[in-house]
Amino acid sequence: MPKRWLRHPSFAVGAVLVGLLLLAAALSLLWQPYPPAEIDIPNKLAAPSWAHWLGTDSLGRDIASQLLVGSQNSIVVGVVAVGIGLTLGVALGCLAAARRGWVEELVMRTSDFTFAFPALLSAIMLTAIYGPGLVTSIVAIGIFNIPVFARLTRASARSVWTLDYVLAARAAGKGAWRITSDHVLPNIANVLIVQATIQFALAILAEAALSYLGLGTQPPQPSWGRMLNEAQTMLFDAPLLAVYPGVTIALAVLGLNLMGDGLRDLLDPKLSRQR
Amino acid sequence: MLLFLLRRVATFLATLAVASLVVFAVLEWLPGNPAQVMLGDTATAESLAALEARLGLDQPAWLRYGAWVGGLLRGESAMSYAYDTPTFELIAERLQVSLPLALLAMALTVVVALALGIYAASRHNRIGDVGVMALSQLGVAVPSFWLAILLILLFAVQLQWVSAGGFPGWRGDDGGGLWAGVKALLLPALSLAAVQAAILARVTRSAVLEAMREDYVRTARAKGLSRRAVLWRHVLRNAMVPVLTIMGLQFANLITGAIVVENVFVLPGIGRLVFQAIANRDLVLVRDIVMLLAAVVVLVNFAVDVLYAWIDPRLRVTGDA
Repeated sequence: MPKRWLRHPSFAVGAVLVGLLLLAAALSLLWQPYPPAEIDIPNKLAAPSWAHWLGTDSLGRDIASQLLVGSQNSIVVGVVAVGIGLTLGVALGCLAAARRGWVEELVMRTSDFTFAFPALLSAIMLTAIYGPGLVTSIVAIGIFNIPVFARLTRASARSVWTLDYVLAARAAGKGAWRITSDHVLPNIANVLIVQATIQFALAILAEAALSYLGLGTQPPQPSWGRMLNEAQTMLFDAPLLAVYPGVTIALAVLGLNLMGDGLRDLLDPKLSRQR
Repeated sequence: MLLFLLRRVATFLATLAVASLVVFAVLEWLPGNPAQVMLGDTATAESLAALEARLGLDQPAWLRYGAWVGGLLRGESAMSYAYDTPTFELIAERLQVSLPLALLAMALTVVVALALGIYAASRHNRIGDVGVMALSQLGVAVPSFWLAILLILLFAVQLQWVSAGGFPGWRGDDGGGLWAGVKALLLPALSLAAVQAAILARVTRSAVLEAMREDYVRTARAKGLSRRAVLWRHVLRNAMVPVLTIMGLQFANLITGAIVVENVFVLPGIGRLVFQAIANRDLVLVRDIVMLLAAVVVLVNFAVDVLYAWIDPRLRVTGDA
């Protein structure tokens, strides 16, 4: 990472927040203060203390442990859902830009159409049939990411296809696949990285909403969204329970968004001058 | 313009048709036997056969699809499996909450976002601008349902100004009324609007800044028009094109966001209905609600496309918005 990156305020703050998120997830794989699903009724609704840093919930489960382990959940959903969108979306976008004609039309119209089904709507349909769960929410969020990347890839790839050296490569007899892998993908990688960061943030928000509604991760696996749902029933007795998971989600999303903004400036100096 | 409109209407109708096919395929064709899904694994053979007959599952899929779409077009709906009431009646009743909620949230979004966005642009790179941008960065990161919970915590638990949820109804004779209804929708609308306003304020700001750099703005200033007059007469109209596009997309977000927020505030809207339908395994009702929501999203996008062309005549010529 070049030094000037760390001097960019958005990127630096974002990178620190994202680093903390990754660190929390990695740490929770090795060590947790308490098993997150361990019920301890005598100690329910305990105030923050040395034994329980952020206190316990209505069943005596340790809040800090749940938040730590919940970060795994958010990261898994983010990585897989964005991965689905990136893989399929970039493939379709490249295909559309390379083939043009009816292939392009078909890909673009299908993407337009997929926007009619926001992640929550897909999740509702899938849950009605297959029941709630982690996989259902990942698939629903992933499906919505496909058209996002397909559109972006096509638009960026098309402008690469018009560059002189690509025309020269075509004239020299290079095939569409070689041009895509040698010239198009390296040229659009930056745009895709920035978008992937933003979509990661959106995926964490969507996952939190789905698990809040009970459509996402199921117990005993802790998730930030479900912690908020459980906290809502305790608003009068333990209002702080509703604060911790929300702050955690907001910081994770803020970190990714700031990092995305920073990356946009750093990777594409032309864009940052315009803004 | 006529040709453009015709093309857009055709795309709109085609999208709706494909959407209906997808909804039908996912909810009625993919699961194999919807009656089995609705009754669960413990269903007896007789009850299964009875429900299959009631849902018309003995008919081929394309006939069932035709009957469903034909019914939608004629305004006749299927019976909800759990409520034994036409789905349209259930949906219409719940729309009395969801529609005002979405409109109120959209109105709040537009007012707040335009004000903040224009203010930030006019204070470009000064403290006001930085403040608005920081606020919007925060707004984008906060999940709307968490903001909803925080608002309940503040206004219902601490200050006790409003109730923590529920809806009194629009009619005065059963304890509701216009003011009571609006009051119950205010916090939900606010929590929905905050996130969307944060996004829209950023878009507005950059669109206004972009437009202020145009040559015609310099010309207008050079001929002696005040900054304010240029802003209102020239800049805003031109800045509206990107703002409108994002607003269209945001309406779709508001609708799905409303599903979540209705659940936070226990509002008897479409969002609650669809969850009850899932809990009851009422696939008939889920199908019709999902179709309605998808149709609204498609309709709003269509409306934005047309408005877009109306504001910016250049887009009509190519028809490639």
